[in-house]
Amino acid sequence: MDTERLKERIRKNWYKFSRNPLSIIGLVTVLGIILIAIFADFVAPYPKHAFIFVDFPNAKKSPSYEHLCGTDMSGRDVLSRIFFGFRYSLLMAVSVLSVATPPGVLLGLVAGYLRDTWKDTVIMRFADIFLSVPSMVLALAVCSMLEPTLYNAMLAITVMWWPWYTRLVYGLASSIRNEYFVQAAEVTGASTFHILFREILPNCLSPIFTKMTLDVGWVILIGSTLSFVGLGAQPPTPDLGTMVSDGSKYIPGQWWISLFPALFIVLIILGFNLLGDGVRDMLAGD
Amino acid sequence: MNMKKYIGYRLISSFFVLLGLSLFIFTFSRLVPGDPARLALGPMAPQWAVDKLREQLHLNEPIYMQYFYWLSNLIRGNMGQSLVTRRGVFSDIVEFFPATFEMVIFSVIISSTLAIVLGVTSGKYANSWWDNLVRVTSYVGIAIPSFVWAIVSVFLFGYILRWFPTLGRVSTGIALPPKVTGLLLVDSLLAGRLNVFVDGLWHMMLPGSALVLGRLSQEARITRASVVENLNKDYIMAATSFGIPERTITMKYLLKPSLIPTIAIMGMDIAGSMGGSFIIELIFNWPGIGRYGMSAMLSNDINAVVGVVMLIGIFFAFMNIIVDLITAYLDPRIITKMKGT
Repeated sequence: MDTERLKERIRKNWYKFSRNPLSIIGLVTVLGIILIAIFADFVAPYPKHAFIFVDFPNAKKSPSYEHLCGTDMSGRDVLSRIFFGFRYSLLMAVSVLSVATPPGVLLGLVAGYLRDTWKDTVIMRFADIFLSVPSMVLALAVCSMLEPTLYNAMLAITVMWWPWYTRLVYGLASSIRNEYFVQAAEVTGASTFHILFREILPNCLSPIFTKMTLDVGWVILIGSTLSFVGLGAQPPTPDLGTMVSDGSKYIPGQWWISLFPALFIVLIILGFNLLGDGVRDMLAGD
Repeated sequence: MNMKKYIGYRLISSFFVLLGLSLFIFTFSRLVPGDPARLALGPMAPQWAVDKLREQLHLNEPIYMQYFYWLSNLIRGNMGQSLVTRRGVFSDIVEFFPATFEMVIFSVIISSTLAIVLGVTSGKYANSWWDNLVRVTSYVGIAIPSFVWAIVSVFLFGYILRWFPTLGRVSTGIALPPKVTGLLLVDSLLAGRLNVFVDGLWHMMLPGSALVLGRLSQEARITRASVVENLNKDYIMAATSFGIPERTITMKYLLKPSLIPTIAIMGMDIAGSMGGSFIIELIFNWPGIGRYGMSAMLSNDINAVVGVVMLIGIFFAFMNIIVDLITAYLDPRIITKMKGT
């Protein structure tokens, strides 16, 4: 009975999701990128070229059958490095979102449930501090004061990312707390813990999940920007942003060194945005 | 009356948020390892000079006292000295701000106009080939990071087609018009020098377009969605059944409510462009606050970083208040709702 209903639900959601061909394109792109990132060692034509590798006779070769995206200034295959770069983009997105979401959601729940008390004011004004400057500027500033590494870039983005979830959940929780089932729980003497996590949180999950899918693209965008200016992953890490910035010195002569990684950054972000929109349409009005 | 209260409330809460921002950014900048005095004087400076500077900068005192000194200086318009330019951060900001402001305004005018035109036309003729074209293009537009567009446009328009210059604000060898507003385009018009105006405009095309792109796509999408939503409202149907010409309906009744969401995000977008300009100005060597802030960040010039971040925070708060006022003017119900909460 229960599995039957689950199946029915999955079928319904898949129908809603697959009605839009753009969502399918997004899903396929994202799955492809994830698979390539996991199996980069096998998929990449020259897995040894990902990190430190020097082959000057083959440096700066234009795209050809052997090197589909050409080779860079020290003879490394650009396409192989792009495939390995997917790993760092995904790692960035997954770690930022999985660290930033729980505290953001928790604070939003508490503030929303305790609306119109001093706790609500303190939490929300605190969140506002991090939203008072464009996220890019704050991430750049925080990042510049730390050692420039991939992990510090993640840290900087996480620091400015959680307030968005606090704001989202705050809005949801402060309206859900007026629903009858929450009032019923209050009347029967349920603990605050129970009300927050058993009554309110389950009803916030689908907007949170939607936002997370939509945010993957944004995190990758900001992450690649940080590494583009040299505040993120350092060479020889095959990070797409770093590759674009290193290769940009060779424009216009050797355009492929920077333009192909740039193209793939756009592809990743586009894929996740399309997928995110599909997920949003799927979960809307559920 | 309500309006005044609302503005007052916004001003006070912005003040506290900015105070919090300064506390965060200041504490953070002091907590990271590295001696600001040593950084300022360089590795070759003798220890006694460093000690003396530490004394002057109150670096030997507890951090909350340092913050207090810094804040009281800030109120007097003194943000400390930049370690790179060796001048006051405040006067640096005053010098570099107009170039950025000019570019941001330029890109805002272009992106808002285009976004409204594209959004309204594609929303009105939803699901036509034009609508599909706009939607797919805006999907791609959102996914392009500004630095990627900057690199691609430099390659395409700067090197291959050679339409636009790729570096700086004016060509070398052009005498600048006398400084009145600091905005080059305005100054050159005031001085009646059209060649400088055209040259400046030409230089602005590529960096400006990099700022326009992402925002344009976002705003066009939001405008489209709200046009589609409003088209299905009863009052449009009523107007149509009265036989009011379609053109009048669009211009007079449809446009105003449909633009509210667009304008509402515009404030954040304008301030977001200030953030975007950090990268753009670095790539195009645009002598503005973004390049100044970026080089400060890359060279660990803490005073300048804190100053620039605070400036952007103030600008952001200011912009959001203005946008709130405009949306409240377009839709007075917003203020009434605010009163309820």
